[in-house]
Amino acid sequence: MTDHATLVPTPPAARGRAGAMRGVRIWLAALLLGLGPAPALMAQDDSADAGQAATASQDASATLAPLLAELGGAGYREKQALVARMVALGAPNTRLALRAFLDGALYQRAADGKVFIAVEDGDDHYSLTDPLTGAAAGGASGGLKRIRTNNALRKALRQAIAQFELSDPDAAVRLASARELVDDLDEDTVALLRQRAPVEKDAEVLAEIETGLALADLGSADAEGRMAAIEHLRGSMKTAVYNRLNLIAEGDPDTAVRKAAAAAVRGIDGWRKVYGWIETLFFGMSLGSVLVLAAIGLAITFGVMGVINMAHGELMMIGAYTTYCMQLLMPEHIGLSMVLSIPAAFIVSGAFGVAIERGIVRFLYGRPLETLLATFGLSLILQQLVRSIFSPLNRSVSTPDFMSGTLQINEALSLTYNRLYIIVFALIVFVLLQLILKRTTLGLKVRAVSQNRAMARAMGIRSEWVDAATFGLGAGIAGVAGVALSQLTNVGPNLGQSYIIDSFMVVVFGGVGNLWGTLISGLSLGVINKLLEPYSGAVLAKILVLVFLILFIQRRPRGLFPHKGRAAEGH
Amino acid sequence: MKLKTILTAAALGAASFAAQAADTIKVGVLHSLSGTMAISETTLKDTVLMMIDEQNKKGGLLGKKLEPVVVDPASNWPLFAEKARELLAKDKVDVVFGCWTSVSRKSVLPVFEELNGLLFYPVQYEGEESSKNVFYTGAAPNQQAIPAVDYLMNDVGVKRWVLAGTDYVYPRTTNKILEAYLKAKGVKQEDIMINYTPFGHSDWQSIVSDIKKFGSAGKKTAVVSTINGDANVPFYKELGNQKISAEDIPVVAFSVGEEELAGLDTKPLVGHLAAWNYFMSIDTPENEKLIDTWHQYIKNDKRTFNDPMEATVIGFNLWAKAVEKAKTTDVDTVSSAIIGIETPNLTGGTAKFLPNHHLTKPVFIGEVRDDGQFDVVWETEKEVPGDAWSDFLEGSKDIEADWVKLKCGNYNTKTKECSGQNY
Repeated sequence: MTDHATLVPTPPAARGRAGAMRGVRIWLAALLLGLGPAPALMAQDDSADAGQAATASQDASATLAPLLAELGGAGYREKQALVARMVALGAPNTRLALRAFLDGALYQRAADGKVFIAVEDGDDHYSLTDPLTGAAAGGASGGLKRIRTNNALRKALRQAIAQFELSDPDAAVRLASARELVDDLDEDTVALLRQRAPVEKDAEVLAEIETGLALADLGSADAEGRMAAIEHLRGSMKTAVYNRLNLIAEGDPDTAVRKAAAAAVRGIDGWRKVYGWIETLFFGMSLGSVLVLAAIGLAITFGVMGVINMAHGELMMIGAYTTYCMQLLMPEHIGLSMVLSIPAAFIVSGAFGVAIERGIVRFLYGRPLETLLATFGLSLILQQLVRSIFSPLNRSVSTPDFMSGTLQINEALSLTYNRLYIIVFALIVFVLLQLILKRTTLGLKVRAVSQNRAMARAMGIRSEWVDAATFGLGAGIAGVAGVALSQLTNVGPNLGQSYIIDSFMVVVFGGVGNLWGTLISGLSLGVINKLLEPYSGAVLAKILVLVFLILFIQRRPRGLFPHKGRAAEGH
Repeated sequence: MKLKTILTAAALGAASFAAQAADTIKVGVLHSLSGTMAISETTLKDTVLMMIDEQNKKGGLLGKKLEPVVVDPASNWPLFAEKARELLAKDKVDVVFGCWTSVSRKSVLPVFEELNGLLFYPVQYEGEESSKNVFYTGAAPNQQAIPAVDYLMNDVGVKRWVLAGTDYVYPRTTNKILEAYLKAKGVKQEDIMINYTPFGHSDWQSIVSDIKKFGSAGKKTAVVSTINGDANVPFYKELGNQKISAEDIPVVAFSVGEEELAGLDTKPLVGHLAAWNYFMSIDTPENEKLIDTWHQYIKNDKRTFNDPMEATVIGFNLWAKAVEKAKTTDVDTVSSAIIGIETPNLTGGTAKFLPNHHLTKPVFIGEVRDDGQFDVVWETEKEVPGDAWSDFLEGSKDIEADWVKLKCGNYNTKTKECSGQNY
């Protein structure tokens, strides 16, 4: 408690700028770590010492204001120096101000040059907060100029904030702060970590801090200390650790240390390889699930009905544009609009599908070449239609928050959420479709008509109606695939073209008319592609898959899972 | 709407041909209005039409009105050659503004040289070319790629380089030049990673993951991206998803501008870089005035303005000045009159046509802002003269283009020979 009181009087601003920053970082660390809660709180519950602290922080906050005001007109390098000076001052709300600066919420009022934290709360209206006190300061519309940041400045800000946040009450914040500090160690950050270690209660944060301290010990003068640090770091998946151990394995003066480091590196290498394989498999599965989504609608129209629908890709495009329109309708609820887009896209694309079947395809049954040409022409018409309505430019579809980011398992392996969701989504669509075909009357009729049209009609099934419904179902699924694609790629007139070849590939490889075949072939083509990519590059990988497919079809013209028995003769 | 404009333009062209042939100066516009490239080229067509409109308001050129002849080569490379022939032989246009991709330019080149036409090409490209009949108003590699690498090396302190590009002539040549340049600067082979992907590539997971691994070796890493148009959106999305921020591994792009960002959720891109000779956000009176004109012409004040559009504007202004100076639209006279003519850039400084048919241009590096515009973080002190033949490639560094003294687009300074009009 008394520690900080003796430290406070040291006037930090009196020293050189860089020196001041160093010295005061430690001072600040002592202040924050020694005391726990923020200094402002201290003032209330303590007597003599705290009173001194309060005056000190008031003085500091009085000097924070001109620094903030200077930010507005400064260049990026000057801003960086100003941030360093702010950290050095250690005023109570520095963290708040810096955080707002990093988030791009720091604005300067044109009228009087005062700096505020502004949050847009309506059309061009901002609610203001005073960064010096953290108190609300009314609202404003217009007359505010954002204080901009660049990469180097944001990096400096992040590190500055991390120093404050190492003592945050929230363990998650402390963890992020510790990670930030460990990634870029210097004397001051090590000192900060060393002071935090004994009081840290959260196991995860503590582990992170200990890793950081061990990393620092790797630079210690005595070989024993280095050995102990290597022992501690064995098995850590952090990239910084790996790089550092590699350096030591090559260049340490002590042979035993070199050997120990090399052994640790070998161990980590083994794990990295394992995680690398898991990652490749995940990438393959996710590429495969996109292929499955794109192809599964086609598996119905092409596989079950035997219609070569070249406009299948454009039906996906329509689904993606439906997603875009839904987001336009409810810009405030991106997540909800995403969920609602799924049925909407199904209906819109399905309706297009029924119209295509009734208007074009039904006149061309049994004439594959004409169907191919007619639907190809249709695909061009649909593309141009979209160009005329929405312009040829790509439309921007936002990603809902729950779909962005990664599931970080460790530094060597992280799985992206959007891909995880799409794998799950593809499986759900597959299961639903399987249920529709196997468990509903519609499914029964579809199978009956596709196996023997004449017999089905004789049994009283309206085959024309079933054709339209089947085509609509296939088209609707394509629309749903479009919703998923809108999260991965461009929503533009050419969206469909880039997937149509892949879709046909998957269906043909899997065996025409077999949904299980489509699933297996889609996933395996995805994984094969990703296995090849590191060795051959993306361009060649695609070609190799295509060559493999051609050879495969030569050997087994009916794909992986051909229809067997009498029903197959009809195809 | 667009179809109507084309039809009207075409009909006007046909109907007025006989009566007005002597009374108008015909300006051909050879940009794709449909197909994959429509996304970029349609705006260039609008830019040319706007400039013609403006010029006509001022009374045209040489006392004659300008008359646009718009054709649609539909992103189809052989069709570019056909349409070019149609413009030159049938419509007898006096000048053509057009092409975007290098392959389309290569496709029309023989036609322009055979029929002695005049083409203004407004897009940054890989260099290694200087034709008597083509004027290059976009950047050569030394006006975009090289300064960008210099910035990263000297100002950001980058030590490891990823050269990522789409698999076609522009990225391959640019990366070849950059690789040679980096090695000349002492960068080791193991610190350079080169990666090519197909057009419209959408599954970036493994490549981005490789970049992440490459970038985590403890040295500052940057990606130099020549990834083309459409493939950029999934690329940047994947970068965002895998949590690679511009602070850790900045990406500097040569084909991502304001127009491309308009179709993008810009959140994950903030802080990434682009190198251009023009940014819409640069605050000069000329720039403000032209953006105003553009918004009025297109009747939409949300529309962006970008580098190839500025290049089109500069090309048009220089051509108009040359015609006034030459007092004719004759191709040979205008071609020689235009060398040395200057016009102000929209971003300050002047653009001057050099004897190698390239321009002097300022180079800017911008960081993406969350509103889809760029903050200029670095710029060259003065304009950089365009160099047609790279000084860093074997076989190209001895070659010079000079249409005034040497009368040759590829003069070999070692063998003292002009290898003819092959490029």
